[in-house]
Amino acid sequence: MIPYIPHTHNDVEEMLKVIGVSSINDLFGDIKTHHAPRSFQLPQGKSEFEVVEYLKKVAAKNRSNLIPFIGAGYYDHYIPSAISALVSRGEFYTAYTPYQPECSQGTLQALYEFQSSICTLTSMEAANASVYEGGTALYEAAMMAIRITKRPKIIMDSGVSPIYRKIIKSYTSNLNFEFQETPVIHGKADRASIERLCDKKTAAIIVQNPNFFGVMDDHSDIVEKAHSQGILVIQSVYPISLGLLKTPGEMGVDIATGDGQSLGLSLNFGGPYFGFMTTRKKYIRQMPGRIVGQTVDGQGRRCFVNTLQAREQHIRREKATSNICTNAALCALQGLIYLSLLGKEGIRELAELNFHKAEFMRRELEKIKWVVVKRSSATFNEFTVCLPQSASIVVEQMVDKGFAAGFPLGRYYKEMENYLLISVTEKRTKEEIIKYAQALNNILNG
Amino acid sequence: MDIQNDFFYTKEHEWVSIEDNIATVGISDYAQEALGDITFVELPHVEDEIEQFGQIASVESVKAASDIFSPISGKIIEVNTDLESQPGLINKSPYHKGWIAKIEVSDSEELSNLMNAEEYENFLESEG
Repeated sequence: MIPYIPHTHNDVEEMLKVIGVSSINDLFGDIKTHHAPRSFQLPQGKSEFEVVEYLKKVAAKNRSNLIPFIGAGYYDHYIPSAISALVSRGEFYTAYTPYQPECSQGTLQALYEFQSSICTLTSMEAANASVYEGGTALYEAAMMAIRITKRPKIIMDSGVSPIYRKIIKSYTSNLNFEFQETPVIHGKADRASIERLCDKKTAAIIVQNPNFFGVMDDHSDIVEKAHSQGILVIQSVYPISLGLLKTPGEMGVDIATGDGQSLGLSLNFGGPYFGFMTTRKKYIRQMPGRIVGQTVDGQGRRCFVNTLQAREQHIRREKATSNICTNAALCALQGLIYLSLLGKEGIRELAELNFHKAEFMRRELEKIKWVVVKRSSATFNEFTVCLPQSASIVVEQMVDKGFAAGFPLGRYYKEMENYLLISVTEKRTKEEIIKYAQALNNILNG
Repeated sequence: MDIQNDFFYTKEHEWVSIEDNIATVGISDYAQEALGDITFVELPHVEDEIEQFGQIASVESVKAASDIFSPISGKIIEVNTDLESQPGLINKSPYHKGWIAKIEVSDSEELSNLMNAEEYENFLESEG
């Protein structure tokens, strides 16, 4: 295959001669071998046929026929066929907000409706046209809070997805901000620890609902105490759960974010997904990302424009709210179509179905002698069980029985080697759940 | 082009007028004209300490955002909150209703770094 590098061998030789080095390796000679990225040692190109054969072989290693009980932030929900039929239309088929966006009124209208439906779902006042995924959205929310309050410290509840916490820490590792983490007590954010850490340097408290362990919480009390000290509250939410749970808007949260994968996007080994970001109207100018607004043209007809652009990089340069200058338009459109198909009643029914199926599974697993189901706090569609042995090993054994049994929490939480996080969506049948329980029972007794 | 006689000006087109050691700060008629319709003003916080020529506010017009620099050092004692709902006051009345902040002056000697009305008028002419 062509390497997509336009320079011929002769071009390269000529350029090397001009700058007076003998080879490419010579050019990068100052970089010690152990610092050199692996891309320095790329193998020679392969033919298209060889590449396809290789990828097929890799893809064959996937166990795509397992019955999934893994969640941990990304969920196996049913995706109505209308979604792929509509998003694959040529008129919509672009990954980003287009250049000269006002020429693409259809795309802007879709994004405007996306923002409106995200606001309705979260009962927040303003949403942007999406960012890349939930972790980036949460990082941008933290930066927003730092800008609004002009304070340098963020308190993060350990119930926030460890993946998101890692993203935030790595994005900010070279910036002068302070992150303090508080423990989870009885499955929930530890109010006492949060209160102890709140001070005049604190910009925001970050929480998640339901949290990484699936536990539902009402953070209104945290919001009230935070606001009395000029501290903002940021909440990451699982959008499907909002069909049933108190919304971030109702809790008084200042910035709410989340990952849109569960809204009609298939599990694509990590992406592309989309992240959504919402806030109060008074903070809208500190929110990054594109925002589509509705207005009228010179003849008084309704039309859509990119608005509040003076926040953005192409105008504000280094003082922009963020270096985000696009969105995940096509993925956001999938989310919009999903929400439109479900409607207000649909999303409530879906959330109830998820909750009840997970409760059924909890009861089934409680019958197994060796399994301790965590019952300290109510959960949505995901819950934790404690096993008599390493959860990772059990997960491996469950693969042979045809199940992706869950997420072993030991991967992110040191003392939780034996804990397994199990998610149950509306797609899981009673038979599948009962078979899972039997398989687990056999493994633990065997 | 309106220039107020007893005000002082910066090269960035901010103005300051001083009364009883309290400085009122805004942007000049020339500046509002150049920016066009102003849609948003980001005001400083009361009690903020500001340095002469340090950033005090920013204004947005439809397709530009500009930083506003303080003509004088001191502590912010009042901001024009009317601008939050009516940013266009800067266009309509740059020297009166469109003021941005009031500052308790820490060093009135700093006025010597600024231009008086006549100097500012010459400056505008030389800028063409």
